[in-house]
Amino acid sequence: MTRSQGSRVPQGSQTSQSSQEVQDSQNSQDSQNSQGSRDRILARIRAAVAGAPEVPVTRSYRHRVPPPAGGTPGEAVELFAERVADYRAVVHVVESARAAEVISGALARRGARRVVVPGGLPEEWARAVGAHPGGEAVPDDPPLSAAELDALDGVVTGCAAGIAETGTIVLDAGPGQGRRALTLVPDYHLCLVRAGQIVPGVPEAIAALDPLRPLTWISGPSATSDIELDRVEGVHGPRTLEVVILR
Amino acid sequence: MSGVFLGMPAFPENAAAAVQDSQLRFNLRRATRTIRGKRAAVAGELPDWAALRDAGKQIKDHTLRNLDRYLLQLEEAVTRAGGRVHWAADAAEANRIVAGLVEATGETSVVKVKSMATQEIGLNEALAERGITAYETDLAELIVQLGDDWPSHILVPAIHRNRSEIREIFRERMGEWGRPAPEGLTDDPRALAEAARLHLRERFLASEVAISGANFMIAETGTLVVLESEGNGRMCLTLPRTLISVVGIEKLLPTWRDLEVFLQLLPRSSTGERMNPYTSTWTGAAEGQEFHLVLLDNGRTAVLADEVGRQALRCIRCSACLNVCPVYERAGGHAYGSVYPGPIGAILTPQLRRSGTVASRDRLPPSATRDLDASLPYASSLCGACFEVCPVAIDIPEVLVHLRAQAPHPRAERLGMRAAGWVFDRPVRLARAQRLGGRLRRFLPRRLPGPLSAWTDTRDIPDIPAESFRDWWGRTGGGTR
Ligand code: SF4
Repeated sequence: MTRSQGSRVPQGSQTSQSSQEVQDSQNSQDSQNSQGSRDRILARIRAAVAGAPEVPVTRSYRHRVPPPAGGTPGEAVELFAERVADYRAVVHVVESARAAEVISGALARRGARRVVVPGGLPEEWARAVGAHPGGEAVPDDPPLSAAELDALDGVVTGCAAGIAETGTIVLDAGPGQGRRALTLVPDYHLCLVRAGQIVPGVPEAIAALDPLRPLTWISGPSATSDIELDRVEGVHGPRTLEVVILR
Repeated sequence: MSGVFLGMPAFPENAAAAVQDSQLRFNLRRATRTIRGKRAAVAGELPDWAALRDAGKQIKDHTLRNLDRYLLQLEEAVTRAGGRVHWAADAAEANRIVAGLVEATGETSVVKVKSMATQEIGLNEALAERGITAYETDLAELIVQLGDDWPSHILVPAIHRNRSEIREIFRERMGEWGRPAPEGLTDDPRALAEAARLHLRERFLASEVAISGANFMIAETGTLVVLESEGNGRMCLTLPRTLISVVGIEKLLPTWRDLEVFLQLLPRSSTGERMNPYTSTWTGAAEGQEFHLVLLDNGRTAVLADEVGRQALRCIRCSACLNVCPVYERAGGHAYGSVYPGPIGAILTPQLRRSGTVASRDRLPPSATRDLDASLPYASSLCGACFEVCPVAIDIPEVLVHLRAQAPHPRAERLGMRAAGWVFDRPVRLARAQRLGGRLRRFLPRRLPGPLSAWTDTRDIPDIPAESFRDWWGRTGGGTR
């Protein structure tokens, strides 16, 4: 079976001046139409639901996911570590004091030399990024181009929250995390999560996060199952995710 | 809807052809069984799954009841955050708006995140007519696009292709679209994924305009939400200077908090994971990007006007209903003649097309569209598995029966449906009706009349088995015991 053809055009085809003018008048016409369509859609909705009963929402699901049996924060950390590892990410749980040592060890093992560090990363972590032989911490200041990011070996960040039940890390582009491209283009992401940032479940994370910031929820490395449902880690995002949980 | 093949026969003929294709059947059976096993495990892991499902259903119904109010709230919030909102009554208008926005940037190509709404309106073809090339970036969509093919599953659109077919498509076609496939490409999925990564890498880094859909929009904050696995979504949402999102008006949720329900329901129902690898949320013009939101009606308000049919608008496109459907498993996604295959397609496609605002309807001979739409509500044995698995509790069998009563059909079939209606009109649980059907089966004809006959012709057993699918599922755990 063949899909209708014609989705391919010669590369670099130019819009001529006269057709550009036609487009411009078309665009302003469209914004008027859009206004008309807005009113029409709203009127259709009102007619469609007129007289329909109100629907109350009952939230009898777990608003606060209880910590796993025993309920100590340590167990949330354990669950988080286990669930992140389920996604085939590399996970370390270490004392906070060992952060720098773990960072430089991980980068040396990986052979990651030039590694981008977002603004606001704690001094001690940033210094550790360039500490192994040949290592260099590359600041995103002035902002690196996508091509420059593509030439780097990795990125080291903190995060905004961790979710134990789903093994998810959330970045909100805040200090120590950088803009979204930083954790996307380089092929290796080393992420540090403080135990105090880990919440038990999704509802707690939603409550803690600011929707006005651009958020990236990360659950394991980039993956696809598009070919015969065989899971392959790593397509376009970082193919290796390494997570350091600081107790 | 351009989502129909030219000269496409109605569902039964499509299905009959698909049933003969053993590669397709093998792939589909393997895929659907794998995913439904994973889904059952991760849904069962949450002690409050039923409560989440109730809340999901109620939040969607509440939103639909107040859709006008929430859309206005969304428009205000997106505008406040630096985005621009456009309203498109139908496919043609949406395509015109998007093409105009792309042309205004001076670019002649765009990268795309997998989006059912843009497939529904035939955006790629409409852009091509205006000299704009749309590059699909999801791996499965890339396979489909390079192979001049059509998606067959909501979640894994190229599931009808096996690895060696994919290798051939990559070897033959990648070069025409950009960076060719590497020398000596094998059919190892890892190698194929790597080929896609290389093929698309430069394109991502150089693209100035991206087009996406969205899984959810939050009225209160103006936030859009996209769930994905590969990172192609993040590439498109993050790197280009201009982002255009085309989103159906039913994708709305009133509050940020409502996401706590849907970010639990969707990944577990869809990929069978606790969470999908990447979820991006953004509000308005994020990180200095130019952002346009195109709100799409295209038949949705007509669906909303149907008291029974409107529940289809709760759909969050998880594809769980496809994976449990015995008809889908045998017939494959192409038979449904639409970007919406499976049980949800059988109730959504005819309803959306009915309103007459679907842009490319003219491309298909009207008689062919009529036949297809009339036959889709029969593309089911009403076993009820789709309803049970649906995270927003859409009663698909109920809508199917409702649509059958409305569809033009021959007299004999109408009589048959009157009998079915007698069963379904009564407040009798579907399961009980099915068990009754099982007991009465020797009184029923061995073959179904009308459109479904071509499908039943290819099977050895009549439509109503001695044991309903639901009972069989309960007894055998989906064939695993
Ligand atoms: S109808 Fe329900 S199960 Fe099917 S895709 Fe939509 S939400 Fe999922």
